[in-house]
Amino acid sequence: MLHIPALRLGQPYESMTKVEILHHATGEPVALVSQVNSGIIGRDRNLIADDVLENYSVAELLEMSRHAAELFMTASLPLGDTMQSFNDYVKQLSSTTGMPITYCRHNASKIYNVLSQIETVIRGLTRGFDLSILDVGHGKSAGGTLSFFRDGRVFGAVLPSNSPGVHSLWAPAIALKAPLMLKPGREEPWTPYRMIQAFIEAGVPKEAFGFYPTDHAGAGELLRQVDRSMLFGGSATTAPYKNDPRVEVHGPGFSKVLFGEDSVDDWEKHIDMIAASIAANGGRSCINASGVWTPRDGREIAEALAKKLSTIQALPADNADAQIAAFANANVAKQISAMIDNDLNIDGATDLAQACRSQERLVHLGRCAYLLPTIIHCDDRDHPLSNREFLFPFASVVECPVDQMPASIGPTLVATAITQDESFKKRLMACSHIDRLNIGAIPTYQLSWDQPHEGNLFEHLYRQRAFQVESAA
Amino acid sequence: MTSSSTTSSGTSLDQRISQVRECLDEHTRDIIAWHFDPKTGCPFWLDYAETMSFDPRKEVKAYDDLDKFDNFQDQWLREGDIRRWVPKGLAGKPIYVFETGGSTGRPKARINIEDFKIDYELFSGTLSDEAFPKGADWLMLGPSGPRRLRLAVEHLCQFREGICFSIDLDPRWVTKLIKSGRMTEMHEYKDHVINQGLTLLRAHENIQCIFTTPKLLEALCEKVSLKKLGIKGVFCGGTQLTAQFHRFAREELLEGAIEFVPTYGNTLMGLACHKPYVPEDNYSVIYYPPSPRAMIEVVDPDNTDRVVDYGETGRARLTTLTKEFFMPRFLERDEGVRHAPCGAFAWDGIGDVRPFSGFATPIVEGVY
Repeated sequence: MLHIPALRLGQPYESMTKVEILHHATGEPVALVSQVNSGIIGRDRNLIADDVLENYSVAELLEMSRHAAELFMTASLPLGDTMQSFNDYVKQLSSTTGMPITYCRHNASKIYNVLSQIETVIRGLTRGFDLSILDVGHGKSAGGTLSFFRDGRVFGAVLPSNSPGVHSLWAPAIALKAPLMLKPGREEPWTPYRMIQAFIEAGVPKEAFGFYPTDHAGAGELLRQVDRSMLFGGSATTAPYKNDPRVEVHGPGFSKVLFGEDSVDDWEKHIDMIAASIAANGGRSCINASGVWTPRDGREIAEALAKKLSTIQALPADNADAQIAAFANANVAKQISAMIDNDLNIDGATDLAQACRSQERLVHLGRCAYLLPTIIHCDDRDHPLSNREFLFPFASVVECPVDQMPASIGPTLVATAITQDESFKKRLMACSHIDRLNIGAIPTYQLSWDQPHEGNLFEHLYRQRAFQVESAA
Repeated sequence: MTSSSTTSSGTSLDQRISQVRECLDEHTRDIIAWHFDPKTGCPFWLDYAETMSFDPRKEVKAYDDLDKFDNFQDQWLREGDIRRWVPKGLAGKPIYVFETGGSTGRPKARINIEDFKIDYELFSGTLSDEAFPKGADWLMLGPSGPRRLRLAVEHLCQFREGICFSIDLDPRWVTKLIKSGRMTEMHEYKDHVINQGLTLLRAHENIQCIFTTPKLLEALCEKVSLKKLGIKGVFCGGTQLTAQFHRFAREELLEGAIEFVPTYGNTLMGLACHKPYVPEDNYSVIYYPPSPRAMIEVVDPDNTDRVVDYGETGRARLTTLTKEFFMPRFLERDEGVRHAPCGAFAWDGIGDVRPFSGFATPIVEGVY
């Protein structure tokens, strides 16, 4: 069987402990993944040369990243003792995650876009100063002296299995000269492993990469050992780290579309954009909308969304029309559906999708299960379902006066505000709940990579310092 | 499964299995006779005997007859007067009381007189003099407080003519920190423990042997090279020890230069020895109990009277048979794979021991 080793300072390592990952639909084993004990992570952190990328200029690392983009999409790259083509990668990724093949390709293209446009991404993070300043440590910018040093000597990430596109978020660390220690998601070793191999093939020294499939304790050890990190996960996973400045937390997004008083009468024009914001990428991302907040017409908007999304069916991952991912563990889907039904017993919320569908929300196909798109209309914005996020296309439509919206929406990764009302816009601009703000009918999933997403990786890794040099006599 | 391999004395393994079994049966009869004799037994078993439907002194003729007892209940050790466990035949002897970790509720308590010394003296016979030299001093980098290990390791060291240095470590505090998610404080406490060990290692050049737990060994080796400090042998136990950790310890933490002796034991049973390391075992950690003083069976979790086949996984069932303590058929909180007799151990072993997966709430393992 295919074996995916850990990578210790770039060297493959076969552990005595291996986890079998299974095909979501057939249950057949797809690969064995070597699992490291947490002591290995601490030991390697001591061994890794945190200046291994300082031998290269940012310009050289940007060029390697661009080359890695091409290799990621086209080359046969090492995978354990075998070579993996791009098509192999897509099939393997779909097989263990249950994500439709079409979405796997789409997510791969997101990674390609970030790597191929890495200079734009880095300039977005650094706000345009001359990047050679990072090579020398200081320089002139806009007539003044700038100096930075890298506080994040080694960068780590505890990664998810739900959406491969998120791997684009750690990718800029290489151009920013930080060696990596990555813990992949249990069902998704494929993307980070392939990205690492693409970087190595493009010329980045392999000693800059650690790939550590491990358990919960190992993940905690990785976050403790590295200087700076990213953590992906649900609220329970991320809560202990929310006040730890060394860890950038990527939890649920609770992204939303907001209507202003001035635009709500035109809601029908925006139904396609909102439905796409809810269901793109199978509804699995933190940038998918899980809420629509409107001053009125909530029920009508919810009914229109429910009708629009009712065409989405449970289809096998290799079907070109598949739009939602399978839950390889059918019990997880069953529990989510039961949780929603339980909350619907509380007055103030109605599942409007149920009337539009010919099937129940929970669908079984072979050994796996699917959850069909679900739109809830909430009369009461304090209802338990008014601000929830699940791993499938789910959104609540909530009525709320515009003047109360900024204070009521709660943490919101992406807010798309459909309004031209200057006063409303101004209050949204001042709203600390919102991480990314789109004014106008911009889908929540549409990101501009010249701006930081959910934290600025450059600021996470580097610190600015005051710097003076004595003038030559 | 048995083997016809022979030892230097010319006895085949099959013959030794048979001899050991006879010895176990005889030992069982002696222990039953002691614990259920009104002159020598302890109040707990004498009272319990009155509720039983059979007379153990008449009906237990062999080790397998202990199946007539119900499984030993750990609750019996969590409550009640500790003196009800003191055998009348040992009245007047100085008594120690040792407690379990308390990670599954109120700690279990067991009285001890000489057992821990006997167990560790027997274990001493399995240690090599090269890795654990006679006269070498030891560092006990493990739990302090009401733990058998604390005194047992010190006795082992003294038995081998050494002096044992120890530290303060409250494993119950560590468990509390982990359960409440205070991981930063947990790591600070771990650092406090490691720093105590480092101070001793640097101050006392004759420390050549260490007892510690897997997690503390990792943490210690992040700070120093034990090889450079002159350590020759590490005796390790207290928590789950996987094949991967075994390999990591031998190859990396101990740099292939220090003997590594994993053990499995607890306050209730005593100490099981690790089958000596051979590459063919692929770092599997296989333990053999100190027969006839204690036995481990691997049983079907759904039918705990049934011992599983060799190579199958089941729950560990312990039986302790000493004059100080009789504990028949206790279901431990661990599971593992049943292993056949081998070499010096002509009775069953258990390998790849880990916390029992059948509990609704997973057990929190701390540094101990």
